[in-house]
Amino acid sequence: MREKATWLLALLGALVMIYNLHVIFTGLPDDALQGMIFRIIFIHVPADLVADIFYTVALVTSIMFLAKKNFLYDSITVSCIEVATMLILVNLVTGSVWGRNQWGVWWTWDLRLTTQLMKFVLYLGYLIIRPAISEPTQRATMSSIVAIFAYADVPMVWMAIRLPNVRTNHPSPVLGNGKMAAVYNAPFGMGMLALLLFGTALVLIRLHQETSQREIDSLRRELHAI
Amino acid sequence: MKQGFRAAFAIAKKDLRTELRTKESINAAASFAVVILVLFSFAFPLERDEFYAISGGLLWLVYSFAGALIVNRGFARELPNDCLDVLIASPAPGWAIFLGKAVAAFFLLLIVELICLPVFGLFYNIRWTGSFGPLALVIVLATWGITVVGTAFSAVTVNVRVRELMLPVLLYPMIIPLLLGAMGLTTALFSGESSSGDNWDSFRLLIAFDAIYTALALYLIDFVLIV
Repeated sequence: MREKATWLLALLGALVMIYNLHVIFTGLPDDALQGMIFRIIFIHVPADLVADIFYTVALVTSIMFLAKKNFLYDSITVSCIEVATMLILVNLVTGSVWGRNQWGVWWTWDLRLTTQLMKFVLYLGYLIIRPAISEPTQRATMSSIVAIFAYADVPMVWMAIRLPNVRTNHPSPVLGNGKMAAVYNAPFGMGMLALLLFGTALVLIRLHQETSQREIDSLRRELHAI
Repeated sequence: MKQGFRAAFAIAKKDLRTELRTKESINAAASFAVVILVLFSFAFPLERDEFYAISGGLLWLVYSFAGALIVNRGFARELPNDCLDVLIASPAPGWAIFLGKAVAAFFLLLIVELICLPVFGLFYNIRWTGSFGPLALVIVLATWGITVVGTAFSAVTVNVRVRELMLPVLLYPMIIPLLLGAMGLTTALFSGESSSGDNWDSFRLLIAFDAIYTALALYLIDFVLIV
């Protein structure tokens, strides 16, 4: 049942994505200033927003783990962070391509880009430290704490283009304030939906692996005890 | 509360005394910092005026390298003879143990920094005595930030297999905002352009960073120590 739901989510995500790509490439007018390349926005921004949603879930489940000591929360945390970090990589790579096209450079050290890269590296640290701790309770506790610390960067990225006197290459917010033409709203929302569905499916698959792994570990311990 | 502060003070005093008797991490950190300073002179063969532009950055790179070496020892020092378990079992609350460790690491790093600062000024012809007051404030704020995050992660990584490798992986990305602020402020102080609005923003950044991470670490440390 759960497996079917996962595949259904993934399939739905893929279908929405395909349909959305069709709309983006054939149904939308070019941007007045940027021409063709602006279409990256329908991947670039949703990737980050969906990643932030997963990071927020991971923050909540980390706190829940520390409070309740239920390993399910730890499994959700690691699944969410893995998928979200992959999405941040998508965001960084598409952003880099876009930057090369519009600014002439692949990378620049402005506040937005730096904090975003920091987010990527911080959560990479989470994924690196996990396998280094062998005792399960300790691993779950320590990595929950790292996840809580790492989340401090998420609002920083959000603030980076909203602070009053910061010079940045990255454009200021265009969502929810009418700066983006209304015709782009629907494909943007669909881009969000596609990544959210697909990402959730990936999280569920990882979660399934994590719980199986835990089961195998406990069986192995039982066998040793005998 | 008062009991806790007394315990923290005792732990800090104990740590400082052990360290000043053996000088194991302070010697290593200070000599490592000087070696890095020498390496920078080959890495950045600049004229004196150009050097001012990167002076703050170099100084804080050296300090954060030394800081990682010092905080690494913080909890690892208690591992032989199971001292850490005894500390945790003692009536001292978790936050007091952490605070004691962080304060000790803070003073040790401060000593290393005060050794390096004249060496840095001498090697690279940087005048630092003129703005020593504000510089000292920046150093104190940023050093506390490094030690508080560092000591928290030193507690997290104390039982990890490759502790010495894990700590920097976690520590450096976390202190980027702090280093960003400290580097900018220090460069401005060295080159005498210290009163612009940007610098006040950086200064506020340092204070905010210290406040947020001190609170976070004091609150979360119980979870780290108990498992």
